[in-house]
Amino acid sequence: MPDGFSAGDTAFVLISAALVMLMTPGLAFFYGGMVRVKSVLNMLVMSFIALAIVSVLWVLYGYTLSFGPDAGAGLIGNLDFLGMRGIGMNDLAGTIPVTAFSAFQLMFAVITPALISGAIADRAKFGAWALFVALWVTIVYFPVAHWVFMTDSGKGGWLVDRIGVIDFAGGTAVHINAGMAGLALCLVLGKRIGFKKDPMRPHSLPLVMLGSGLLWFGWFGFNAGSALAANGLAGMAFMNTQIATAAAMLGWLAYEKIKHGAFTSLGAASGAVAGLVAITPACGSVSMLGAILIGLIAGAACAAAISLKYKLGFDDSLDVVGVHAIGGVIGSLLIGFLATGHVGQTAKGLFYGGGFGQLGKQAIGVGVVAAYSFVISWLLGQAINKTIGFRVSEDVEVAGIDQAEHAESAYDFSAVGASLARALGTPAHSTPTHSTAPAEQAAEKAPEKTVEKTAEKKTEVDA
Amino acid sequence: MKLITAVIKPHRLEDVKTALQDFGINGLTVTEASGYGRQRGHTEVYRGAEYTVDLVPKVRIEVLVEDDAADDVIEVLVKAARTGKIGDGKVWSVPVDTAVRVRTGERGPDAL
Repeated sequence: MPDGFSAGDTAFVLISAALVMLMTPGLAFFYGGMVRVKSVLNMLVMSFIALAIVSVLWVLYGYTLSFGPDAGAGLIGNLDFLGMRGIGMNDLAGTIPVTAFSAFQLMFAVITPALISGAIADRAKFGAWALFVALWVTIVYFPVAHWVFMTDSGKGGWLVDRIGVIDFAGGTAVHINAGMAGLALCLVLGKRIGFKKDPMRPHSLPLVMLGSGLLWFGWFGFNAGSALAANGLAGMAFMNTQIATAAAMLGWLAYEKIKHGAFTSLGAASGAVAGLVAITPACGSVSMLGAILIGLIAGAACAAAISLKYKLGFDDSLDVVGVHAIGGVIGSLLIGFLATGHVGQTAKGLFYGGGFGQLGKQAIGVGVVAAYSFVISWLLGQAINKTIGFRVSEDVEVAGIDQAEHAESAYDFSAVGASLARALGTPAHSTPTHSTAPAEQAAEKAPEKTVEKTAEKKTEVDA
Repeated sequence: MKLITAVIKPHRLEDVKTALQDFGINGLTVTEASGYGRQRGHTEVYRGAEYTVDLVPKVRIEVLVEDDAADDVIEVLVKAARTGKIGDGKVWSVPVDTAVRVRTGERGPDAL
């Protein structure tokens, strides 16, 4: 390997990439447990499909749009690395191979569109969603990742490298970005049938807890891994992640106990995720005491924010706006107060004698990403809705989207249910698709009719 | 013959079953049920959305007995199911025309 290569850093970043990958299935369970039995598979696979689509697009053109040399004004990467051309196995990005860096960043690009799916639970056509994921990462995530993550000594992305916005691991590029896209999409698709009227209880809180645990675990790769080196900054980011998450769980539960009279398991899981979101941009620039403050504020504020959808009447089904947009905004803005100037970055926040300068920069980062994501996502959602249609029919939504879109049901705990299911064919001979089924039925019916007719004739003769 | 149906609190099932067995009842059918009478449901909260759950879990017991045993069986059942608190449930009986043991084809009281 060339000079400057660090085996330790490379090992750490590769493991972090694997940790971040696990967050997407974790998110699938976190969301999947919160929907009703009839749409849990759809919810799971909406996250899962992002792993497939985004990984392929990343190699084709995603990496070069995000991390290729700047094409001008810090807005987007050029096409030097189209199809990963020109990237040698031993080329370095800092102290690690470009391949390792690219794998790590890919996982961020995967989970960001998956986060959006919670806003439109139970009601999106799967094909339309897959198309949205492909288009959204192309026009929204890849450019925004370039703005926020691409540093090239002043010639990189405009937000991070030219204005000086601090976003250590993706408070703007990932969370505000996904949260605002979620808001746009739930406005495009409209409310679920029965919103605010029918009970829409989470069907499995244990799945939600499992999902939030996997997210928490994976988030150490997300945040500490963003140091891109196995060093003190990674250790600091790791600790801040743990502390803010813990404090946010306490903040959410305290709010909930005061307001609704109970400490709920869903509140504990949601508070943890709110804390993870809020510390994401800040974990490389605040002290551990600062992380506690960020966590407490984010936990309580997100718990309060999720009731907005009932007041304002938008059906952000699983609170992508309340948790990810609001949590991302809180974390990003609090950097302007709490950046110490000697953790990862030199910029100081208001409370550390840095004045309002950094706070202003943070506000620009938040505003720009929120506005861009909301507007483009809304236009994209409308375009899909007006052409191929984004929402399933009312009948499908009421009956459950799993059966109509995926031809499966999530659970079969009933012995009676299993025996009622009639196999249309075995995999060895024919696949039970919709096209062969009517043909088989017709073939079965035809001989029956002849038998009936001959029987009738016989009775006539006998009579 | 009579069909005795009881809708009771789930946690009383073991005691009721034991009491009926001790009385000499050889078989019964149990179904998970839900419903409400004077006992109303409870409130659940999910991310601030409050739901009133009206239907309370119950078990429904069905047992076929000969006519002259019916009153005693009902008494045994009610005694075993009672907690004295609201929501203990209901027991009722209806006449049954016929019963057949599927394995042997025996009919009437022989099938019990």
